[in-house]
Order: sequence, then structure tokens, then C-alpha cells
Amino acid sequence: MFKLMPGSDPGPLVTIDVDGRALKVRTGVSLALALMEVDIVPLRRTPVSGAPRSPLCLMGVCFECLCEVDGRRNVQSCMIEVADGMRVRLATGARHLEAVK
Amino acid sequence: MSDPDTIVIGGGVVGLSIAYGLARGGERVRLLDEGDDAFRAARGNFGLVWVQGKGAGKPAYALWSIGSAKRWPAFAEDLNRCTGVDLQLSQPGGLSLCLDEAELQAQADTMGKLASDLAALGEPYPYEILGANALRELCPPVGPDVVGACFCPLDGHVSPLKLLRSLTEALTSLDGELKTGQQVEAIEYRDGVFHVRAGGTTHVAAKLVLAAGLGNAELAPMVGLSAPVKPVRGQVLISERVEHFLDLPTGSVRQTGDGGVQIGDSREDVGFDNGTTTDELSRIASRAQRMFPLLAGVNIVRTWGALRVMTPDGYPIYQASTDCPGAFVVTCHSGITLAAQHAGPIADWIRGGPEPAILANFKAERFHV
Repeated sequence: MFKLMPGSDPGPLVTIDVDGRALKVRTGVSLALALMEVDIVPLRRTPVSGAPRSPLCLMGVCFECLCEVDGRRNVQSCMIEVADGMRVRLATGARHLEAVK
Repeated sequence: MSDPDTIVIGGGVVGLSIAYGLARGGERVRLLDEGDDAFRAARGNFGLVWVQGKGAGKPAYALWSIGSAKRWPAFAEDLNRCTGVDLQLSQPGGLSLCLDEAELQAQADTMGKLASDLAALGEPYPYEILGANALRELCPPVGPDVVGACFCPLDGHVSPLKLLRSLTEALTSLDGELKTGQQVEAIEYRDGVFHVRAGGTTHVAAKLVLAAGLGNAELAPMVGLSAPVKPVRGQVLISERVEHFLDLPTGSVRQTGDGGVQIGDSREDVGFDNGTTTDELSRIASRAQRMFPLLAGVNIVRTWGALRVMTPDGYPIYQASTDCPGAFVVTCHSGITLAAQHAGPIADWIRGGPEPAILANFKAERFHV
């Protein structure tokens, strides 16, 4: 659904892990954009109604691009730059509250 | 457009509740709402339908709040039938969590006094002071810093934004007119009729209800009434949606029907500044985390400040004008809790029914000493 404009140079690629799949993405872009470019659409479903959602604002406001990154839950993926070896888990349902240690 | 029976000034939850009650009773209502730059308490509030602790020193206010909490289920059901909007009303009882013995003792003293005041009026006042163990049984996620709590079975919560939406839809479906962008510039009373100038138009009706929140201070004197209200700021935080973990609302932390955790716990006298401050937000967040340690690490997605509408003693004003018959003022800071009274007995009174006797306790003369 989302593609680079024809003729643009994607530049060097890195590999990230998305739910166990190794995917090659551009460097220098936000994780949200990288996920859109490899067709992770929808990115998540709302925990309220289950409706499909994808990044909307790409500037930290809409909270539609949440996913788990390197063990951190509900990270705004538009606000971090993609990095080689990043481990991404797509959100499933409302956040689980871990028991207090 | 023909003149309505009644003009309501104020499109917040107070004005809408009254307008809805009037329209339901068959009146033609026109509601004038200010612009989005207005201080909209109805869009910033916490969403409690709350009884405990209210009216210490003024038992009539406790009775009025209890009455509203009891009317809420039928009020919500009527609205739901009209609009289909789920208000997420839940009245399982509520907790005031205490982080030290002095807080718990103060809460116990307040509730004891209220219970004896209300017993004298023949009204039961159910509550229970819980020690740490009993509290943990009732509400397992509380943390070790919580020494006890007061539980009152009359308390509950609701989505204030869904309430606002539902009231708006209900009013429209009952042929009420909702006019936005109407900042009222002047009100004149001539020949038994009110002329309200707002946004380049003059609206005319024989009855007028002022429900404009902080705006009432300026509007009330235009029709021979008084509403000396001032802003008291509260700051609120809301978290990302999390799995359901909290059944009972507390006075400062509640889990909404959608899963977000709403936290609010401040009272500040800062004039008309509805901003937020990092110091206050971190104090609120850290207290909430002591109450519920599993909130540590949960993301906060929004914070905001909102201005409560407070009279000098914190209690409402319900008054009909003697200088300008047909004009009423309604102001309170618990627009959510009292919505069921406003849509019911208050609307019935404004429609021409007898004034509920309890309203004698809520006149502006008490401030003129």
C-alpha cells in the first residue's frame, strides 16, 4: 500500500525482526514508516472495538502506531528511528499489567 | 425560526442536562453554547458519580447528591433508549484510598459526622472504613503503602464525554435547537420576555436558564441573580488502555470503560489558567503509583487542566429571579453527579412545577452577609 516514489534511492537496508520474521527496511526513517513500507497494514487493532488501525499523524500525536519494541510495550513507533536488529512485536489487545515484584 | 419556550445558556453537561429534561417534558428549547475557546469544565472533568464525603457541614447537599446517584440508573437508561450511546455507567461503590493513618482518621471522622447528620434526617448513609487487609480483599491491586480506605456503596463513575455526546444527541432528537459559537453579549428583560444577544443574533424567549459555568458570574447580574463562582483548577492524566484491573473507582484513580486509567488529584487556585504543571502532574502520578504499584511503567498518553466552577462554599446555586421572573440560574461543580437531578427535578421545576423544598438550602443569599 505504501511505496517509495519510483526512482528514489532506498539507500542502505537493515534487518529488523517483526513477530519472528526478518524484514529488510530502509535506515534513517521512523519505525512506523519502515513498517508501513513493508506492508504491515493494519499495524494494530484497537483494544476497544477491534477495529484495524494504521499510523495516521506520524508525528507523535495520534497514538495509532503503537507496538512493542525491544521489550518495551506500546511504544510510539513514529517517534523512534529504525535500527538494525530491532525486535518488534505487533500489539495484541490492551496492555497487560505485570504483577508487582 | 420561531421563538422557543426556553433559552438555556451553556452547552456543558449542566446546561445540556437541563435542556434535555425540558425538551423531554415537551418544551421547545434553544441551547446557546459558546465557542471552543470557552473554559469547558464538561470536557475536562473526571467522571465520578460520587457521594462519599460530600456535604460535610451541609447535610442537604449530601441528600441532594445521594438522590442524584439513585436517579442515575434510570436517567442513563432513558438516555440510552433515546440515543443508543453506552455511557459506561457503573455504580459498584467507590473507595477513598488513604496513604497514612491521619488521612484515614480524617475520612472516618467526616463520614461519621455525615452519617449522624443524615440519620437525624431519616436518611441512611452506608459506608465502611476498611483496614489494610479488608481493603486488599475488596480491591487486590492496592499497594502496600495504602493503610486503609473508606468504601461507600453509593459511589460510581461514568464516561463524561459519552454523557455529553448522548445529551447532545438526545436534545437534538427531541427537536431542541443547539446553537454553537454563541457568546452572550447582553441580556435584556422587556415586557416579560428575555432578549439574549449573542453572535450577531438576538434570541427571544419567555424563560431563560443560566448554566454557563464560570460565565454565570457575569451573566447572572443581567437578570437580577447572583452567581459568585470562581475557578479551581484540577489536573488530570490518562494512560494508554490496559487490561481491566480495577473494578471500583477511587476518588483519584479510575479505570475507564475503554481501559485507560484516569488519574486526577489536585485543587489549585490559579485563576483562569487551565494549563498543566510538571510538578503537580508528577505529584499526582506518584501518589497514584503508590496506590496501585502496577501502574509503574504504564504510559501516560494525555494530560490536561480543567477549571472547576466553585462557589465560595463549594455548594450549588439554584435560584429563580424575582426581578426578572422566568430567569433561573444553576451552578455547581459536580455536574456529572448531579446530572440526574438536573434532567429530572430541576427541569420539572423550571417547566413550572413546584420548587423542590430542598433547594431552599442552595440560594445565593447565603453569600451576602
